[in-house]
Amino acid sequence: MWRKLYEWLDERLSLGAMYTNLLDRPEPRGTWWNTLGSASLFLFILQGLTGMFLLVYYTPSPDHAYDSIQYIMNDVAFGWLIRGMHHWGATLMVVVVFIHMLRVFSTASFKYPRELTWVIGALLFLVTLAMGLTGYLLPWNQKSYWATTVATQIAATPPFIGEFILKVMRGGNELSALTLQRFFATHVWLLPLILISLIGAHLYLIIKHGESNYPKADE
Amino acid sequence: MSGMKHFSRRDFMKVTTGAVGGLVTVALGAPIVGYLVDPAAKAGAKDSWINLGPIDKIAIQTPQTFTFSITTVNGWERTGVNFGGFIIRKSEDPNDILILSSRCTHLGCTVSWIEEQGLFICPCHDAAFDLEGQVMHGPPPRPLDRYDEFKLDENGNLLIHYLGA
Repeated sequence: MWRKLYEWLDERLSLGAMYTNLLDRPEPRGTWWNTLGSASLFLFILQGLTGMFLLVYYTPSPDHAYDSIQYIMNDVAFGWLIRGMHHWGATLMVVVVFIHMLRVFSTASFKYPRELTWVIGALLFLVTLAMGLTGYLLPWNQKSYWATTVATQIAATPPFIGEFILKVMRGGNELSALTLQRFFATHVWLLPLILISLIGAHLYLIIKHGESNYPKADE
Repeated sequence: MSGMKHFSRRDFMKVTTGAVGGLVTVALGAPIVGYLVDPAAKAGAKDSWINLGPIDKIAIQTPQTFTFSITTVNGWERTGVNFGGFIIRKSEDPNDILILSSRCTHLGCTVSWIEEQGLFICPCHDAAFDLEGQVMHGPPPRPLDRYDEFKLDENGNLLIHYLGA
């Protein structure tokens, strides 16, 4: 019965071929450092899932943002766990993505034909940092308020357009309800969609080119 | 693979990956279910006794207005809900009283006591109730609600039992 169902699906979807090409593809001999890309992907999925569940209780308004997080932490069953995973997962993701990048650099894996994989990866690192920046404001506590004040002030340093960048980021001159709302929208919709698209391209290129061999000493 | 004799490294990895993946899924899935249904598990009305003040200050056979408000907490939000009604002393006996809600049983407007007519009148759809709360005319489907549970404390204060919204 399951056999038949599988064959029916396989005939239409080529599940077997997908498995061979995605999971049984040949790999060069590697070390644990080669697993950091997968670790980044796992962390991204974890952040996506815990973020979705946080959205069930979080509200992005200056009146209630802080209280809603207090509610998640103290009153909702396992709220501390979901928020804790999202909080620490965010930090861990920045660290893991960065070490992944260092590994690719130090093993020269970014060279031909993988330059685009590298460029997209560099963008992924930047978007990960942007996720961290926008997510940091959402608890709306003293630390996040002042950290965002400083970060947007730093964004205002370029000559001529700096002031404009600051106003765009804050949605006005001061940090306000508008800032919280636009950071929230960026954090839960805009950046995740960019991340998903870039991750898709990144994974496609990795599967297309395969993983690189470690360079030999004379190369 | 022939029986358990040749359990290859590859098979071991597959089984281990599946087992660890399943374990992580259950370890995360179970708390998430609890997380999502939590408000339903905690929902429930809270009752309390409301002090309406000394009974001996209320005149006999004249409806005395009272109001009180209850604060409900839903998650991170507090909402104050106002309630009101009338205390009607029927005789000198402090326990011979009738306590009516001022919420019209038709669509929830507030009724007022109109002395000249001797009726509670609802301004929304011209409903009228008598001193006992019975419907005299208009659309309400049933008499005014009563606070049946009340008691007097040692200082002569009247308390009513609020059973939750």
